[in-house]
Amino acid sequence: MKVVVCVKQIPDPADPGALDPETRTLKRDVKLILDESDSYGVEMGLQLVDNAGGGEVTLVSMAPNNEQSGLRTALAMGAASATLISDTELIGSDALTTAKVLAAAIKDQEPDLVIAGSESSDGYTGTVPEMIAAVLDLPSVTAAKSIEVGGDAIQVQRQTDAGYDVVDCPLPAVISVTAGVVEPRYPSFKGIMAAKSKPLDEKSSADLGFAADAVGWAGSGQEIVDVAEAPQREAGEVIEDDGEAHLKIVEFLENLKVI
Amino acid sequence: MAQPLGPKAEDALDFLATDSLLTEDEVMLRDTVRRYVEEQINPYVGEWFDEGIFPHEEIAKAIGQLGLFGMHLEGYGCAGSSAMMYGLACMETEAGDSGLRSFVSVQGSLAMFPIWAYGSEEQKQEWLPRMAAGEAIGCFGLTEPDSGSDPSSMRTNAKQDPGGDWVLNGAKMWITNGSIADVAVVWARTDEGIRGFVVPTDTEGFSAPKIERKVSLRASVTSELIMDDVRLPAAAVLPGVSSMRGPLSCLNEARFGISFGAVGAARSCYEAALEYAGSREQFGVPISSFQLTQQRLVDFMTRVQQGTLVAYHLGRLKDQGVLGPAQVSFGKRQNVRMALEVAREARSVLGANGITTEYAPARHMNNLESVYTYEGTNEIHTLMMGQAITGQNAFT
Repeated sequence: MKVVVCVKQIPDPADPGALDPETRTLKRDVKLILDESDSYGVEMGLQLVDNAGGGEVTLVSMAPNNEQSGLRTALAMGAASATLISDTELIGSDALTTAKVLAAAIKDQEPDLVIAGSESSDGYTGTVPEMIAAVLDLPSVTAAKSIEVGGDAIQVQRQTDAGYDVVDCPLPAVISVTAGVVEPRYPSFKGIMAAKSKPLDEKSSADLGFAADAVGWAGSGQEIVDVAEAPQREAGEVIEDDGEAHLKIVEFLENLKVI
Repeated sequence: MAQPLGPKAEDALDFLATDSLLTEDEVMLRDTVRRYVEEQINPYVGEWFDEGIFPHEEIAKAIGQLGLFGMHLEGYGCAGSSAMMYGLACMETEAGDSGLRSFVSVQGSLAMFPIWAYGSEEQKQEWLPRMAAGEAIGCFGLTEPDSGSDPSSMRTNAKQDPGGDWVLNGAKMWITNGSIADVAVVWARTDEGIRGFVVPTDTEGFSAPKIERKVSLRASVTSELIMDDVRLPAAAVLPGVSSMRGPLSCLNEARFGISFGAVGAARSCYEAALEYAGSREQFGVPISSFQLTQQRLVDFMTRVQQGTLVAYHLGRLKDQGVLGPAQVSFGKRQNVRMALEVAREARSVLGANGITTEYAPARHMNNLESVYTYEGTNEIHTLMMGQAITGQNAFT
């Protein structure tokens, strides 16, 4: 079974840096790491390949500055190889352009299954996996909490507010995985050492057939017109207990319509 | 061009940019072990310490999967890492708890190392792969109730009967992992000198009662080993060594790891003090704004950075194959002393809160009292270095 996992390399959320005031996008001139929300996809891919008794997980990532450290982490977890699409033309690409570029790299690999995190932990557009599916004309199942493979199809438990849907889907397909649904393994020492010698194929957008004006700022149909600070949370209401506090709390909850 | 490093807040944990002395692989391994410890150990270890338990099965499995058991050994399922990487793993595990680092270093340096270095092919095949995977736990029996710093005075003895079997008698004391071990490497006096024996712990006559009532290394299993006519086949002896060189070479491996580990414990205490001092307010301001507190924090930071540099330097020397035992004594003695001092003072920065196991410093402080004494006491390492610089033996 051949599984492609899309991974994003992002600024460390513990030290996220700043927004560029001109482009209103996150500055990415710092060291990038594997997005934790993609580590679930990597883990799920590795488990599916293990259960299938053969095959491999390969990675596809798009990043500025030829960043590789996040990919090395995923390779150390057990992925077999990686493709990194990186060049300066790609800077400023929106979600759809990103999806087109990733789809072009994925198509070359002819996978049985494509896995992506539901949304990245820096951009949070939450649309790239479905756009990849649309570009590749493949079925898309979102918010998977588990995937079971049976022949040429998969059965996916799809997280919903009320519980989960059970969805049957033919392969190949693009599945987005919710964070927290599996326990991502720690890279082992052997994995870390092996990761150094695993193939990491670097490509430019031109290598994948994109003209310079089809990607990056030039190719994107969207513009970020404004960013604003998240409003401060308002102070909560303090209820002093004069013996009647429980009634006020009940009333408060009733007004919220939660009881 | 490199940017000059100023005393910015984000450099508080690596003030001298010591990470620049490490390779990418070393940083990745260090960060992986650090993450494991932060996620799987730190939230629980205070409670384990309180209750005097060490969930060894779960931890052995995880450490085995990480590939840290015997990682500096080659072959037989071991990872074949550099000494530097082994040291970094010790640093991060001891930042969690000295008991965790003891678990890892006893398994790798004291139990696996002698089998790997002096064992027969059959012994290696039988034990090393399972021990590397964390499926079998080992311990190391050298110290006795009446034989600590002077191990050559040991009473445990082994006699070979005419049929070739060995019969082992005696007692060992303060043995980490003893009660949970599947195999014990036991050193005993024989007619041919000090020999090592690979003893499956289910052998008749072998028992390993746990030592209770400890106030240190409570999240670690410490035991007696009692051998009452333990009958072993001729093949149980380690064929490769028949002198004190055997056990001492193992200790040298473990002491090297402690040079790193102690720095991890000190760093954890410094981080706890720094964080606490930044959030604890007295007289309307954070206590980190007081000159006396800043002096302490700067002192911790300085000592942790110095200890880090010593450890890294020893690691590079060991990987070049030029590290001598007295240099290992330098690292073990100095870094453990440093860590113990940092732990004690960090505890006081945390005031009354510092005496609880809610915070790391008092736990590290108590643990480090053991680390100060085991694997060569502070005094023994002083004498080893004294002998190295004067040429005179002051042990007796």
